[in-house]
Amino acid sequence: MRSSSVGHLAINPGRSLKSQSQICWKNPTDAGKSTTDPPHPHTHTYIHAHTHTTHTHTHIGMTSSKIEMPGEVKSDPAALMASLQLMPAPVPNPEIKYTKIFINNEWQDSVSGKVFPTYNPATGEQIIEVQEADKADVDKAVQAARLAFSLGSVWRTMDASERGRLLSKLADLVERDSVYLATIESLNSGKPFLPTLFVDLQGTIKTLRYFAGYADKIHGSTIPMDGQFLTFTRYEPIGVCGQIIPWNFPLMMTAWKLGPALACGNTIVLKPAEQTPLTCLYIAALIKEAGFPPGVVNILPGFGPTAGAAMAAHKGIDKVAFTGSTEVGKVIQETAGKTNLKRVTLELGGKSPNIIFADSDLDLAVEQAHQGVFFNAGQCCTAGSRIYVEEPIYDEFVKRSVERAKRKIVGSPFDPTTEQGPQISREQQNRVLEFVQSGISEGAKLECGGKALGLKGFYVEPTVFSNVTDDMRIAREEIFGPVQQIMKFKTIEEVIERANNSDYGLAAAVFTNDINKAITVSTAMQAGTVWINCYNAMSSQCPFGGYKMSGNGRELGEIGLKEYSEVKTITMKMVTKNS
Amino acid sequence: MYTALVSRVLPRFSVLSGRHFSAAAIPAPNTQPEVHYNKLFINNEWHDAVSGKTFPTINPTTGEIICHVAEADRADVEKAVKAAQNAFKLGSPWRRMDASHRGLLLSRLADAIERDAAYLAELETLDNGKPYAVSYSVDIPNVVKCLRYYAGWADKWEGKTIPIDGNFFCYTRHEPIGVCGQIIPWNFPLLMQAWKLGPALATGNTVVMKVAEQTPLTALYVASLIKEVGFPEGVVNILSGMGPTAGAAIASHMDIDKVAFTGSTEVGHLIQQASGSSNLKKVTLELGGKSPNIILSDANLEDAVEQSHFALFFNQGQCCCAGSRTFVQADIYDEFVERSVVRANRRVVGNPFDLKTEQGPQIDEEQFNKILGYIGSGKREGAKLMCGGGVAADKGYFIQPTVFGNVQDNMTIAQEEIFGPVMQILKFETLEEVVSRANDTKYGLAAAVFTKDIDKAHYVSNTLRAGTVWVNCYDVFGAQAPFGGYKASGNGRELGEYGLDNYTEVKTVTISVPQKNS
Repeated sequence: MRSSSVGHLAINPGRSLKSQSQICWKNPTDAGKSTTDPPHPHTHTYIHAHTHTTHTHTHIGMTSSKIEMPGEVKSDPAALMASLQLMPAPVPNPEIKYTKIFINNEWQDSVSGKVFPTYNPATGEQIIEVQEADKADVDKAVQAARLAFSLGSVWRTMDASERGRLLSKLADLVERDSVYLATIESLNSGKPFLPTLFVDLQGTIKTLRYFAGYADKIHGSTIPMDGQFLTFTRYEPIGVCGQIIPWNFPLMMTAWKLGPALACGNTIVLKPAEQTPLTCLYIAALIKEAGFPPGVVNILPGFGPTAGAAMAAHKGIDKVAFTGSTEVGKVIQETAGKTNLKRVTLELGGKSPNIIFADSDLDLAVEQAHQGVFFNAGQCCTAGSRIYVEEPIYDEFVKRSVERAKRKIVGSPFDPTTEQGPQISREQQNRVLEFVQSGISEGAKLECGGKALGLKGFYVEPTVFSNVTDDMRIAREEIFGPVQQIMKFKTIEEVIERANNSDYGLAAAVFTNDINKAITVSTAMQAGTVWINCYNAMSSQCPFGGYKMSGNGRELGEIGLKEYSEVKTITMKMVTKNS
Repeated sequence: MYTALVSRVLPRFSVLSGRHFSAAAIPAPNTQPEVHYNKLFINNEWHDAVSGKTFPTINPTTGEIICHVAEADRADVEKAVKAAQNAFKLGSPWRRMDASHRGLLLSRLADAIERDAAYLAELETLDNGKPYAVSYSVDIPNVVKCLRYYAGWADKWEGKTIPIDGNFFCYTRHEPIGVCGQIIPWNFPLLMQAWKLGPALATGNTVVMKVAEQTPLTALYVASLIKEVGFPEGVVNILSGMGPTAGAAIASHMDIDKVAFTGSTEVGHLIQQASGSSNLKKVTLELGGKSPNIILSDANLEDAVEQSHFALFFNQGQCCCAGSRTFVQADIYDEFVERSVVRANRRVVGNPFDLKTEQGPQIDEEQFNKILGYIGSGKREGAKLMCGGGVAADKGYFIQPTVFGNVQDNMTIAQEEIFGPVMQILKFETLEEVVSRANDTKYGLAAAVFTKDIDKAHYVSNTLRAGTVWVNCYDVFGAQAPFGGYKASGNGRELGEYGLDNYTEVKTVTISVPQKNS
């Protein structure tokens, strides 16, 4: 794998990576970094190697002239060769160390004695069996979390800065073990190894570091209230938080949930997705190693209808945060309503519009629109799955998008040239293929793809539909697969209305060089995130979440802390008052 | 300083710094640490002074020369400013760096300092004379915490979008000011360096720092760590030199955009004037104090005595926030004075490398003589010398812990900053009286009140004209909490989120839009 890339690299040192990093956590203002960029010691030199290798094989986007990977790009061939030596490879035959339930910093078998198999979606083969948590295990975990949260506990009396320090240590440990974690993540989720290492792991580390820094900066205020009083607010942790996370970004979603909850001082009962429990359990071991007190974080592999439902209904849980489908989100909120009115935050599905005006940079728009829907095998809640293209450039846009999709390399997650791995499961693969059939039968034009790949795993060909109309199922429902819908529009008013005509409101994008169009569309979109001339540009500093049925609340950024805080107003009578 | 922090470093052994540190928690110091760096740090390189001059830095414990250090003057400031300007140029690595990466560099700097904590504490004690137990358990941990705190701010210092009237889109950007001159004192060399570097670097400025001529060594070692962890060249430049030459050149430099100074009120005046007569650079000042510490008769007496002792004697009395006017309510006055004298007599003065030592030497001969002069004036003006008052050792700059009773507000020792181990205890009758007397000073850095009564605590804390008020505690600092002075004690605040303001230019960007919607 290394030797094959070396030749390409040396031949094409000038080519550079770009759009992957937008999917990944690079600030879009970094576009256009050059060789004079500062070194980023934390990202290690092997990124350079990756940058070029990736490029050479076009495995992640490559049309724009921008370079957005962190780290300097070396144009000197000798330096390039040197950095290539550090090109990371997955851990061969990685040992799976943790398959049990993590409660009170200890590994436990399930109360029922049940286990469930977890699979490699690239082959369909079982990797290992994992302990299966159910209601009884949730009870145990909640008890541990409650104890860890009791007044006077180590966790409650800890300095906020020390909570930050523990999170920061956790980030360092994830960084230390990032190659191993990326290997397991690839193995268990099917996502290609290199993007996992450079996108998911970096995103995980940066999120933990970001919230580490916030722990001692969550300020209450003193308030100039009327009368002879001193009033101040305290931001207190909510208590025991249930967190239920999905399989599409197992590690990153773990970090999104743990970071703000722990920075604010909560305790946690977290259920990873049953498809992808392995990396999350390894994080549990790192949590213990970092020195979090017992019971602060408890991690329970299990299924939604059993363990997940037990969490949503538990009276000892003060807040539940869920990322997943809108369908399950509704159940969670209903359950909270029926039980103890626990706080609920939801990050759900989407059918995000991506609006391309005729005046945009077409190369950029095609590539970004492609990445916007195909990234992570289409398994992104933010996927730009309704692409609205202005009439004059529609045909050209479709043509180029089809060319791009046909060029996409689908294959083993551990092949460094692979851009797209398998879908997560047979069930998801079938669901995606069923959507493709509905597109064909409802009259959309299948431009390319549309079939399962003749491989063992759960692969789907990169698929593009043109002549899609708003009433088709593929234009209304979340497919969560590598299927691109391209629609035509004529006016800005029309496209705004059509883009907003959806139950969802997670993300949106607009491509244009006209500042007025950019501002008009971004203001009008009913979506929690709007990207202008970029897509999936996310970073731990920026809030993320949904309008309408795409969710409730926001994750990341300062606002993400609000979802894990109770505000207490304390008013004290004073004898006299002075300004 | 840092009662609460001390107690956290050594929770089982020490609630107050006045009590002995546990030898078990602190590694045995090397009393003769090697000096690795004695040149000027410009552009991540070591330079001799342009003039070729050097000056000696003295070990205050012995009065002997430790080594000679390059002496920066105007020409060296010129070089450093050029480097800092260059590092701040549009398109430079520093300007284009992700804010989170600036934070990561600061965090790495904290890690490197933590790694070298024992060595840095030894060097600090050698050059400054403060007890090693304090350097190691108070100064260094707080340096590390301060840098980590500001590391976290780097990518959280957010501008706003603003619902301006009309068809406009309006937002603010928090931009760095540019090249910042920073002039730091000798009483907490490492800690003051961290207080200055943390917010300036988190917000993306570049720095030309002049360290105190009495204590240049640890700052220069930290310079080597700044290079080691990967700050780009020219971002931080550290010059050892004198105030009237290098310091003055910084204050009047036309290409320095901001100057931050910690030191005497007298020099603070000069800095602000120099800014006015040059380029109107932004000025922040953290200056002297004569902080009142008010003990009400309902206070826990034992605690109040110990805290008041600590408030004044900590760091050989060389704290800008020293509680140097201890106002005690009449009915407990005699008892308080008596106990304070007992406590002062118990204070262990001696070799700062001895872990039992509470008090080391004063910083230099000039300070030593100045303090002895104040003690003389106290006696002449009629205060009652209860203990101490003299020199404490044959060599070095040691002064006995000194307590004055019957001190009146008009005495020199009740009005001027002594910056030494000399405690003034004054008597008061009523709350209104003591607030008025406490506020009757040109200073306003800190204050404290000891009482169990919640109403009195509020009344006093809300009426004192001081940047920090401690209730039933003293010298409790945290990187999270702002610190700075009212009146002639300074301008601006350091630490906390407020500390970022002093290193930020706010830019308002307003864009015309076709049509506005909420």
